[in-house]
Amino acid sequence: MEDTASRDRPLLPQTSPVPTFDGERASLSLDAFGRLVLVLPGAGPLVGVFPVRCFPFSAPTRRISLCDPHGAEVACIEDLTRLPTPIRELIEGEMARREFLPVITRILEVSPGGEPSAWHVVTDRGRTRFLLASEDHVRRLGAEGLLISASDGVRFRIVDHKALDARSRRVLRRYL
Amino acid sequence: MNDLGDARNDAERTTRDEIAPHLLPGEHLLAIARLDLGPRLEFREGRVALTDRRLLSLPGLGAPGTLDAWSLSDVSGLSAGDRGGLGTLQVVSTLGLLGRWHYTLGRAREVTGLLDAWDSLRAGRKPTASSADVSRPAGEPEVPEALRREEAPRVGTLFRLLRFARPHAWWLVLGISLTLATTAAGLVPPLLTWPLVDDILSPYQEQVKIVREDPSIGEVEREARLDDLRRNRSEPFSAVPWYLLGMLGSALAAWGLGWAQGWVLARTSERISADLRNTTYAHVHSLSLDYFGAKRTGDLVSRISSDSDRICYFLSDTVTDFTADALMIVGTAFMLFYMDPILALATLCTFPLVAWFTYVTRTRLTEGFARGYRAWDEMTSILADTIPGVRVVKAFAQEHREVERFKEVNRRIVAANDRVNRVWTFFWPMIAMLNQVGLLVAWAFGAWRVYDQRITVGVLTAFLAYIARFYSRLESMTRMAGSTQRAAASAQRIFEVLDRQPSVPEPANPVHPGRVRGELQLKNIGFRFGNRRILEGLSLAIRPGEMVGVVGPTGAGKTTLLNLICRFYDVSDGAILLDGEDIRAFPTLEYRRNIGIVLQDPFLFYGTIAENIAYGRPEATRDEIIAAARAARAHEFILQLPDGYDSIVGERGQTLSGGERQRVSIARALLIDPRILILDEATSSVDTRTEIQIQEALDNLVRGRTTLAIAHRLSTLRNASRIVVLDQGGIVQSGSHDELLAAGGLYRSLYEAQNRRDIEGDPDPGGPAPVPGIA
Repeated sequence: MEDTASRDRPLLPQTSPVPTFDGERASLSLDAFGRLVLVLPGAGPLVGVFPVRCFPFSAPTRRISLCDPHGAEVACIEDLTRLPTPIRELIEGEMARREFLPVITRILEVSPGGEPSAWHVVTDRGRTRFLLASEDHVRRLGAEGLLISASDGVRFRIVDHKALDARSRRVLRRYL
Repeated sequence: MNDLGDARNDAERTTRDEIAPHLLPGEHLLAIARLDLGPRLEFREGRVALTDRRLLSLPGLGAPGTLDAWSLSDVSGLSAGDRGGLGTLQVVSTLGLLGRWHYTLGRAREVTGLLDAWDSLRAGRKPTASSADVSRPAGEPEVPEALRREEAPRVGTLFRLLRFARPHAWWLVLGISLTLATTAAGLVPPLLTWPLVDDILSPYQEQVKIVREDPSIGEVEREARLDDLRRNRSEPFSAVPWYLLGMLGSALAAWGLGWAQGWVLARTSERISADLRNTTYAHVHSLSLDYFGAKRTGDLVSRISSDSDRICYFLSDTVTDFTADALMIVGTAFMLFYMDPILALATLCTFPLVAWFTYVTRTRLTEGFARGYRAWDEMTSILADTIPGVRVVKAFAQEHREVERFKEVNRRIVAANDRVNRVWTFFWPMIAMLNQVGLLVAWAFGAWRVYDQRITVGVLTAFLAYIARFYSRLESMTRMAGSTQRAAASAQRIFEVLDRQPSVPEPANPVHPGRVRGELQLKNIGFRFGNRRILEGLSLAIRPGEMVGVVGPTGAGKTTLLNLICRFYDVSDGAILLDGEDIRAFPTLEYRRNIGIVLQDPFLFYGTIAENIAYGRPEATRDEIIAAARAARAHEFILQLPDGYDSIVGERGQTLSGGERQRVSIARALLIDPRILILDEATSSVDTRTEIQIQEALDNLVRGRTTLAIAHRLSTLRNASRIVVLDQGGIVQSGSHDELLAAGGLYRSLYEAQNRRDIEGDPDPGGPAPVPGIA
């Protein structure tokens, strides 16, 4: 079964319907309004494109789609790290501006008792407080990571819960 | 399973022997049907046999009735039909009815065999011996459903757990050895009190008493002699610390050993019950779909979770304590008899009474606990029913009724437990009382034995220490009767699941399908669910890569047809062939790997979108996942989700609309690249615009695959090379869209009804996006 499965490749379209952006034949720049302008070979400039990661957690630098202002995909990037540095920095800058995902570095206090619980944390973007509706909103990311969705929609990330201080780890224990 | 088949062959042979004496010289028996109902529908064995010259009807062995025979030249027709589980076979001549017989559907196969033989005879062919069985692969049992289940004695069921204990045998041996050692250590202290009293305390007290009560000495002298005793006779007392040290030592040893024993046994029982859970869960997955239809989710969940946990508790706590207590009882009894057999015999007189009383109560408790569990199951079933269906409950404003339903079940739990508690609460003070009586007897008899100068006070002291221990152990042992019964009931419930044989059996001599071409042939298939006939005599051949649409009114058997092709069930009659091979000859898993399914309301598991797309092929690369999503027109909406392909969907996850879920499920089917594709109303639950997107996705999916599509909306079938119209379990029309439209009939009326509706306005049954955790 296994070898027959690999013999016949899936009947999927072999060429992707959107062009691959590799920074060579197409160009990407920033206009005066701070918008990204994409020029694909044989097409006019597209103003206001934005990058979207397909796998923001499991493979953040691979497979990044460039979408037009309406959200339709116009090009895709196979591997961000292989792009020329200036273009890569352009894209990374745009993504950094769009992606708000504070990383929790220390948990100061979590209200005792049941749900919802009030959290007081230190993040890479400063101190903040948020409300966690239930433990369902804590999601594991990989082996050590956690993604915490606050009730106001902001999401917080913990890169490695084992690397936190003892107190923070003790708080997190019931969510693991 | 094979026993069943053999039994049936034996029965057939016997039946042939029954008929043989009635045959004329040179007459050949072609087929026999054993019928099981009499003319007034009473249960009675009868036989109808077809030979090359006559049709015979005769009573079964031992049944009343006479032999009837009709020459075949008089018979013009033989037919059978069934309704509501009752089958009727009738034979007619050109003039009228000749005979009529009834049977239950268990015998339907034999009647079919008889009819087949009749048809062949009419067509001038030589009928095969039992034509109904020809399509079945060799070695397959006749009845796929094996519901054999012996009613095991309840406590005996616990011994079946030994199968799960075997891998942990060494740990168990260690645990039991530690239990033995703990028990032995516990027996030491009373033994040490005996010499302490008889050799040290009593003699000294004797001497003190003599001095005190000697009237011949004066007060001063008495004090001096007592002082002398205290000073000079203290020599035996030097042994006292040693005795005390011995008692302390044995207490410490009992503590340490008890700790080790508890840990070892708890550890082992935790693993045994984990094995039990895993085995049960894996077994549940090997069962076919009809089991899940019949078993309610809550019941199954509670069997796998709480019952295995109850067994774990039983193994770690009760078994250990029980073993320890049993050993202790045997040990103390031995000590008692060693010290004074007569006294032992007298004091243990209440023991048989306690044993008998425990036995009687136990049976009552078992029934009570079982009743309690059943009520508990009903309660979990209600929970499993209403919590996922809460949207319906709220929409119909039936919260109040659901609460009432829950209360009612809860009331039954209380009632069942009340009964148990009545027995239970009476039982155990009764035991305590009997034990007190035993102790009293020991005192009375002991005092008399001391008076009779047969035993010393030391013996009596040790004896009473032992007897108190004996009865307290006995008491705790009888208390365990409750948890033992509980565990036995739990074990029984788990084994009920484990004993269930899959009704889609794995073939004895499997043929490995590998990657198939995709040529499907349905040969005269029939399917019966219980006594409902759902499909009958359906034949259809599908070429590799062909797309066939299936339409028909609700209840025509469309979904059943797909279930049979997926082998969620096995056909009752006929056969389904894939590339010319009966699908029952393939291992189920290998066969299903060739099939992709897109359902009306696709189920997504809790996990990321990427994981859901790769469900059928977890090793798929990210590029393959994206390519599948693109082909399924799902890529762009996935990009708009906050975490792209890493977004969590399914229960408690991101909310997706019906159309979005549908496209994810199409990507899932695309990724496994199946040769055979099953579409079950894939576009019927979405609005027209979404339908177009799904249709595009489906076009990519269908290309080059053998496809069977059920559709409510005939527009879904525009690519179908052929459409079959199903009604009442059979194909009534077949052809291309244009042909069917020209031919009129059911298809045309369906088409016209749908057009009319579309003109009147799109019904848009998609509805609002489902609420997570409820949809």
